[in-house]
Amino acid sequence: MKIDACGLSCPQPVVLTLNAIKENKRNLEVFVDTNIACENVQRLAESKGYDTKIDIAEGKFKIVLTKQE
Amino acid sequence: MDNIVLFLTVVYKCADKIKFIFRKEILVLAAFLQKFGNPPNMGVCVACFERDIAGALGLHRASVVQYIRPEIIGFVLGSLVAAFIFKEFKARTGSAPLVRFILGMFAMIGALAFLGCPWRAFLRLAGGDLNAIIGIAGLASGIAVGDQFLKYGYNLGRSRNSYYSSGLIMPAIMAGLLLLLVFAPKFGANGAIFLSEKGSGSMHAPLIISLSAGLIIGFIAQRVRFCTMGSIRDVMLVRDFHLMRGVIALFLSAFLINLMLGQVNFGIAAQPIAHSDYLWNFLGMVLAGLAFVLAGGCPGRQLILSGEGDTDAAIFVLGMITGAAFAHNFGLAAKPDAVIDGVLKVGGVSSYGMTAVIIGILACLIIGFTMREKI
Repeated sequence: MKIDACGLSCPQPVVLTLNAIKENKRNLEVFVDTNIACENVQRLAESKGYDTKIDIAEGKFKIVLTKQE
Repeated sequence: MDNIVLFLTVVYKCADKIKFIFRKEILVLAAFLQKFGNPPNMGVCVACFERDIAGALGLHRASVVQYIRPEIIGFVLGSLVAAFIFKEFKARTGSAPLVRFILGMFAMIGALAFLGCPWRAFLRLAGGDLNAIIGIAGLASGIAVGDQFLKYGYNLGRSRNSYYSSGLIMPAIMAGLLLLLVFAPKFGANGAIFLSEKGSGSMHAPLIISLSAGLIIGFIAQRVRFCTMGSIRDVMLVRDFHLMRGVIALFLSAFLINLMLGQVNFGIAAQPIAHSDYLWNFLGMVLAGLAFVLAGGCPGRQLILSGEGDTDAAIFVLGMITGAAFAHNFGLAAKPDAVIDGVLKVGGVSSYGMTAVIIGILACLIIGFTMREKI
């Protein structure tokens, strides 16, 4: 599932990610465009037991969230 | 003086042990600013200081609260420097500016009914003012209501990247204010700049100390994303204590420093620049808390964001300054408790102020209910 949270202010990216996590999605891609949003989403994901990987391209961050079985 | 240094070292070591490096400086510096001349229990108060700036420019004429506070200038410029160094400066715009302006106005009206922003609420508590507990409870309640809107899809829309120079407008305004303060020109016999000769506006630490403290706080707050409102919001919304730990550390260090400097005086009535009308302390902060959540940050955080190039946050700041002008011109701001000839005169909010707070809460509720995306 892809979540585009670019341009949304705090805490929208976190809220959107949390909603997706609550639906028990195992693989998520979250797009954000500020360091702060990226840190917040990453912190949330890790607190919920997800592994995170971050790609940065053209000023945007892609955070890939995966959860093992 | 040696004792002070020794005590500071101990506080720092303790704070470091519990890994709160950096986060404690804001209130610690605030407690010292107070020692150097800032008003009692008001080492740093974003709402009060923006109100003083509005007064200095003549946007309101309450003669006791007029001063161009270098701390505010420092927060924005300190954040700008940090954002430049760490490559986080990004000009952005376009997320419902008018709504943010209105939220800023009402946030200020709420904060002035309580007499302080969240930073000052914690500082007041650290100075022994127990009314602050009521204020913080109100703040948390307002945030709790705002959180519900967030859960059900409230948002003000996306911002987009903008021209680099547009992000520099707010820092430029702050630089302009600094020049006005340094050169203190007089625009006509009865014209601006107005600087209080008595009252809390006349109480200030020396310019260089205030400005340096502001720059340091702005720099650090940009790095650690410090936000009092966010700390409460994140605990409620996602059980994230990351920001809250910072706020607790700040509060404890300010309390210790205040104890050391003999600035703690527990009580409810006649606390410095505070009133003991519980209901309106509470409701004022409900309004402020709600407006902060809907706008995405406490007043301090909005200043830091404006330094990073967020022009929507800058609009919120200008809304707050305008709200302060309304608050004093329309008699909405609370009057502090006063002791006159040994008799306590309880302050509080006028009926105009009460009406404004209620209107503000209603306006915020309407904004929260109607500006939701279906999710």
